[in-house]
Amino acid sequence: MKKQITISGFGGQGVMSIGKSLVEAAVAEGLHATWVPSYGPEMRGGTANCEVVLSEEPVGSPVFTYPTELIAMNLPSLHKFEPNVTPGGIIFVNSSIISEKVKRTDVKAVYVPCDTIADELGNKKVANMVMLGAYIAATGALKQETIRQMLIHMFTGPKAKLVDLNMQALERGAACLEG
Amino acid sequence: MAKELWKGNEAIAEAAVRAGCKCFFGYPITPQNEIPEYMSMRLPQVGGVFVQSESELAAINMVYGASASGVRAMTSSSSPGVSLKQEGISALSSGELPAVVVNVMRGGPGLGTIQPSQCDYFQATRGGGNGDYRTIVLAPCNIQEAVDMTQEAFDLADIYRMPVMILADGMIGQMMEPIEWHPIPKREVPPKDWAASGRRGRAHSNFITSLRIDAPDCERFNRALEQKYKTIAEKETRWEEKDAEGCEILITAYGTPSRIALSAVEELEAKGVKAGLFRPQTVWPFPSARLAELAAQPSVMAVLVVEMSLGQMLEDVQLAVQGVKPVRFHGRVGGMVPSVEDIAEQAGMILREVR
Amino acid sequence: MTTVYRKSAGLQDRELHYCPGCSHGIIHKLVAECMEELGVIDTAILVCPVGCSVFAGNYFACDTIEAIHGRAPAVATAIKRTHQDQLVVTYQGDGDLASIGAAEIVHAAMRGEKFTTVFINNAIYGMTGGQMAPTTLLGQHATTAPQGRQKELHGSPIRMAEMLSTLDGLAYAERVCVADIPHLNKAKKAIKKAFELQLSGVGFTFVEVLSACPTNWGMTPLEANKWLLENMAAYYPLGVIKEVQGT
Repeated sequence: MKKQITISGFGGQGVMSIGKSLVEAAVAEGLHATWVPSYGPEMRGGTANCEVVLSEEPVGSPVFTYPTELIAMNLPSLHKFEPNVTPGGIIFVNSSIISEKVKRTDVKAVYVPCDTIADELGNKKVANMVMLGAYIAATGALKQETIRQMLIHMFTGPKAKLVDLNMQALERGAACLEG
Repeated sequence: MAKELWKGNEAIAEAAVRAGCKCFFGYPITPQNEIPEYMSMRLPQVGGVFVQSESELAAINMVYGASASGVRAMTSSSSPGVSLKQEGISALSSGELPAVVVNVMRGGPGLGTIQPSQCDYFQATRGGGNGDYRTIVLAPCNIQEAVDMTQEAFDLADIYRMPVMILADGMIGQMMEPIEWHPIPKREVPPKDWAASGRRGRAHSNFITSLRIDAPDCERFNRALEQKYKTIAEKETRWEEKDAEGCEILITAYGTPSRIALSAVEELEAKGVKAGLFRPQTVWPFPSARLAELAAQPSVMAVLVVEMSLGQMLEDVQLAVQGVKPVRFHGRVGGMVPSVEDIAEQAGMILREVR
Repeated sequence: MTTVYRKSAGLQDRELHYCPGCSHGIIHKLVAECMEELGVIDTAILVCPVGCSVFAGNYFACDTIEAIHGRAPAVATAIKRTHQDQLVVTYQGDGDLASIGAAEIVHAAMRGEKFTTVFINNAIYGMTGGQMAPTTLLGQHATTAPQGRQKELHGSPIRMAEMLSTLDGLAYAERVCVADIPHLNKAKKAIKKAFELQLSGVGFTFVEVLSACPTNWGMTPLEANKWLLENMAAYYPLGVIKEVQGT
């Protein structure tokens, strides 16, 4: 198994943290993984993307031209990276703010209304977790349980209630694959 | 041992603390800011000293002060900042003072870009500042190696009483990957009886200086440095190889491009091309002898050097190979990173051309 | 036999290389005597500059570190922070401190680094041969200002003690000179006071010593001392510039 994932969107959409969560979960499952951020002078706003490699073998190049999966959280990201996805790969589209459809026919498209679901759950911040849930369900690259353990570790004390919220977000994202 | 996920810059900082670094002096510059930020949080926890200096000049001279008074010290910066630090690196070399300097390289010249680069190779391996000196230059290719090398750097600096540079690039500083905090072999480090830390009963006073105004005296000192550098070249030269014996095309790269080149080698091998990788871990001293030996193998048809520069390590490779085999170059500059596909394609083209 | 004079134990038994009439020798002696009287020769660390006192490490009995031009305050910052109970002193000239090392001295003072700077202001670059310093007086001749320093071209001389005294981190600043015995005695008191304040941990302490450079001023030693009192002391007022209350 080797995944090369490009995750891209506006700054503030939690793009970097989707990547970090994937890598953290991969490490917890004993996989090799790398996370490379795009970094720029702006602290907020603008575009942000990161490149993640998950692999059973040690990772050579942490950067790549052709992702096996693209997570597009906004329209410019879809336009920029759609042509590069390897044939047979998957493009995840945040359909809450991207109304266009994937043009390529040699890749699978998964539409996830991340922001809409997050709003329904009452917290806009979990939009990226919705997408993470969809990614895990579609690829089977990682176990949802690993993410849950990470969340339990991360949210303690008064923040413990956020575990359930994030798990709901993951499950709602996963459910998008069933439709 | 459990693997932990670390960001490169923070891992380098933590490694320094674990190696007994007691002082950090630095000035903000992208893409290495996580090092001083981490140190400002971490050093006070272990009774260490962190100062955000007024400039890179001040930072390296603070390192000089700490080191001259016998304390393990470090600074980090990125390319333009390391240029400013050359004044102090030259003085540290002349005062024979140990120090660890991290350069998380970005594209240049001038202010250049904040994206990763290897454009400071000449500066790092040829001394960098005024005078006939060298620094030991360790070039990690991933975060694990950055962590290991940073810890080893402090011992090397103390053993040889000289600055040791960790030559990383913006990619290593900014990326995250899992590492293990395994024990680093401790080396015997001589006592710092030369340090100007207060006499405390010592019969004579210690005087640390980089001034030797008497020419014969200054020549004697330079000769002693020459001898020290020869010893280091004999004892501390390091490299790694992958399928380099019996290969047809020998790809040579260090740092981030070397791990990209490793993927290219695997891709080429999958297509039936006999590709090998030679990766210097010390770029000064440069592993010339082994590279010459590998290039001279009858199987090798060409050497391909890959860098994030216009061709700087290329010159060391050419010096090592001595024209015995064709040496070709593939470089990306200005913050651009070479791709696996480009390296593999270049290798294929070169092989077709030289056959 | 009665001992009437004894060289300070703070100095090594060596002949100084300074020119006749140069103030460095006297100031070395005062610094050494203060160290001796405070009983800190064995623990003190002195940072010397680039300039005529570049060889100070050959003269002082304590451990010494020769800094790169202007950087003594940065060097001393690290030493004092890692040797908090020891006397740390920088000894710097005007080119070193007020020109190339202006940033280092300002920021050390701003941070309130707990070391002492002894600032030798002789209004000229001595070691390199009489070039204009930031402290050269208006009208004063220098090898890089052959017509004399002009306000329109070179600006007015910089008063470092006053400038640094605007910073909260500075606890004590005094300007002194060693042109005659009464002034010399005051100078020694100031240096000793700065050292004592440093050891009590109040903040950055600074003593500016107006000094003579007869060689580069083109004067005899006696003329130089007279010129110093009449001209330098007129532009750079002697006395305590700042002393934080409660210290």
